[in-house]
Amino acid sequence: MAEIVQITVNGATHRLSLEPDVPLLYLLRNDLGLNGPKFGCGLGQCGACTVLLGAEAVRSCVAPVGAIGDLPVTTLEGIGTAQNPHPLQRAFIAEQAAQCGYCINGMIMQAKALLDHKRDPSDADIRAALADNLCRCGTHHRIIRAVRRAAREMQS
Amino acid sequence: MTVGLTRRRFGQGLGAVVLAFSLRPGLAVAEGEHLPGSLDKNRALDGWIRIDRDGGVTVFAGKVELGQGILTALRQIAAEELDIDLERLRIVSGDTTQTPNEGFTSGSQSIEQSGAALRLAAAEARAILLDLAAARLGASAERLTVADGVISTPEGGRTSYWELVGPDTFRRDATARAAPKPADAHKLVGKSLQRIDIPAKVTGGAIYVQDMRLPGMLFGRVVRPPSYGARLLGIDEAAFRRMPGVVAIARDGSFLGVVAAREEQAIAVRNAMRDAARWQNGPALPDAARIHDHLKSLPARSEVISEKQGPVAAAVQGLSASYTRPYLAHASIGPSCALARSDGGRLDLWTHTQGVFPLRRDLAAALAMPEDRIAVHHVQGSGCYGQNGADDVALDAALLARAVPGRAVKVQWMRDDEFAWEPFGPAMGMSVSADLAADGGIVDWRYEVWSNTHSTRPGRPGGVALLAAWHLDRPLAPPPPEIIPRPSGGGDRNAIPLYDLPQQRVTHHFIPEMPLRVSALRTLGAFANVFAIESFMDELAAAAGADPVEFRIRHLRDGRARDVINAAAAKAGWKPGRHGDGTHGQGLGFARYKNHASYVAIIADVAVDRASGVIRLEKVVAAVDSGQIINPDGLANQIEGGIIQAASWTLKEQVGFDRKGITSRDWDSYPILRFTEVPEIAVELLDRPNEPPLGVGEAAGGPVAAAIANAVAQATGKRLRDLPLVPARVKAAFA
Repeated sequence: MAEIVQITVNGATHRLSLEPDVPLLYLLRNDLGLNGPKFGCGLGQCGACTVLLGAEAVRSCVAPVGAIGDLPVTTLEGIGTAQNPHPLQRAFIAEQAAQCGYCINGMIMQAKALLDHKRDPSDADIRAALADNLCRCGTHHRIIRAVRRAAREMQS
Repeated sequence: MTVGLTRRRFGQGLGAVVLAFSLRPGLAVAEGEHLPGSLDKNRALDGWIRIDRDGGVTVFAGKVELGQGILTALRQIAAEELDIDLERLRIVSGDTTQTPNEGFTSGSQSIEQSGAALRLAAAEARAILLDLAAARLGASAERLTVADGVISTPEGGRTSYWELVGPDTFRRDATARAAPKPADAHKLVGKSLQRIDIPAKVTGGAIYVQDMRLPGMLFGRVVRPPSYGARLLGIDEAAFRRMPGVVAIARDGSFLGVVAAREEQAIAVRNAMRDAARWQNGPALPDAARIHDHLKSLPARSEVISEKQGPVAAAVQGLSASYTRPYLAHASIGPSCALARSDGGRLDLWTHTQGVFPLRRDLAAALAMPEDRIAVHHVQGSGCYGQNGADDVALDAALLARAVPGRAVKVQWMRDDEFAWEPFGPAMGMSVSADLAADGGIVDWRYEVWSNTHSTRPGRPGGVALLAAWHLDRPLAPPPPEIIPRPSGGGDRNAIPLYDLPQQRVTHHFIPEMPLRVSALRTLGAFANVFAIESFMDELAAAAGADPVEFRIRHLRDGRARDVINAAAAKAGWKPGRHGDGTHGQGLGFARYKNHASYVAIIADVAVDRASGVIRLEKVVAAVDSGQIINPDGLANQIEGGIIQAASWTLKEQVGFDRKGITSRDWDSYPILRFTEVPEIAVELLDRPNEPPLGVGEAAGGPVAAAIANAVAQATGKRLRDLPLVPARVKAAFA
């Protein structure tokens, strides 16, 4: 049965009538019209749907809306915009760290969670943090460079 | 004027700066004359370029953005020739209602075909405008200069493209007679300009077809059969019509789909119907463990595609070996997606297909509609690397949209739909034998390759190439498979060695029967053929007691080929005569893609753990000659990506199947290379500003596989000839 789900996304609180087992991804994309999180596998394996739940990077394709509770959700749109990009977004542009770009939402959100608790990660830290985020175009090195660049920029 | 009039010939004698070039009258295109690139089949000049009233310029391209950066490169080319700022230039691509028909965006040919056409069309448009300006300003065209579309005389006369252009200015056939700028006058071409699509991709802009939302849009999903050839015996459709959100259940023979108000509702119904449907299984698949023997046992059309006989030195030793590659998946990160709206006998379709016009042809055949009632619009999707489910899901969306007239329906495949139903890159077998003379030179080379076709794309007569069409109550069969013509070739792509050998015989065994669905995967047959040829070159070098670099150079007359091999060797610190220490090794692989496109040499460093069987790819060095470079950073991005994808194919990938069907249906059963596994990469670009620019997206694939296998052989003394080089296989080699 549908329930009233109250959820805070990118700083705004929404009340929606939804089945509590609906994956968060569909609420974000279809009810709120957000494009950042992508459907990749629906299995929590690829990372394309990654969002922040509080400070944690989670896979929105397997996170039921009924289990979100009071924790705020942050999507790619919530960290910066084309006009006012987050340092990670700026760094991904500067490093041209995308080909098709379908995985990039997950890369940036996973990296955001990393940089939020480790300000100066090593390459090995970055690789380990992104190990469960799949990229098929082979843009890995540019992504690593972009995360490194963002870390530098955020420290200075 | 003759066929093959090249840019370089035009450029000769024009000097370093071409301020203006007037169209010379009397240089009409001769009957039957070919024009360069895609201009040949799309000659209407206004089909390529429009000067807009708002101060902009729009160019139209039939090639589409697949994440390879082509739209950025084409804008650079067009703005360069038009002498306008990039910001003024819009590009419209891949739309049956607006753009030229350039077939498929495939084969690393967009720069060659679309780039050549736009370059010449833009140069011609500029020349026409200069002639108009000359008349208006009372000056000869040679004395005019252009800056951002503003044309000036030395005396201060001024006009602009926007003042000069009329509705019919470009209503004429292109002649390709206006000389494009020489390379040394380029201001935009050759620069690493940033991609126009990346800002939206990193900030959540609506840029993918997955992000499209039309008013009143519904969501569709399709229930696929459990295996190839399975038939739907029955399902209680009424029960599913009552599930939450269902707007329509569409069934036609074994095609079964749902349209629902919400996406998760469509998915829930799809899963419930999948579990409830009763199917009659299709024919059993072959034994996966013996697939290459099975393929070789099937009837084949065999053709000797290269034969050379000549006087040769006496052979003192002979070698032979056989190699295989498995079925490989495109494995796009985002499952295929399309959006369709069917209204009053018209169909609008938004798709990430590689070819809007060929897709429209097959949609028309499948839906029994005239082509001019269907509009196909390209919108970006996830990277495809060849024919994934993009075209198939377009027909799915069209069929479901027909069930809800007037409503837009978005359909995205689920992860297992993509893995189980995409057409795979074909499994292949290669056998090669050669004789060496006393001086170590190759005196005779005999090569055979067995393969299915490498393209079952839409757009061919004799059937419909789209999945759902085969499942309809009145099924439309796929067209019979065809051999892709040389010189590019399919299974025989790069089967003819680039080496200069006195005697050779290359045979292509084309196998029409396809046990698994197959089509184009990045590089087609080149990946496997180069893997085999370049592995065997190392085996021959070892037999001849020669260094692999020297051995190749000695058999190559092509200077550009020698240059990339030497450049890679220098960059990688190649040491002739180096022996592996049992663990670490370095290996070389080289090819000229399709034997007529980019040159790539790869040197790989590996570390082999004999206990676990894990090959760690530590470093890959690439040297690349792709002629004139349009965008160096874009080129490097494509090369890096090609290296990592090929390394993933080589080390990890194979489609799993058993007698009942495809078993690799998610990322656990079809693993790809991860961040923790990607090698360090160094790319050296050899710019050839006076050679035609060549595509590069696929050029690194084969050399990477061979370089890895050669490095493993150098490290351990074990030659691995069957891909992928997974731990179980590596361990078995040491057992």
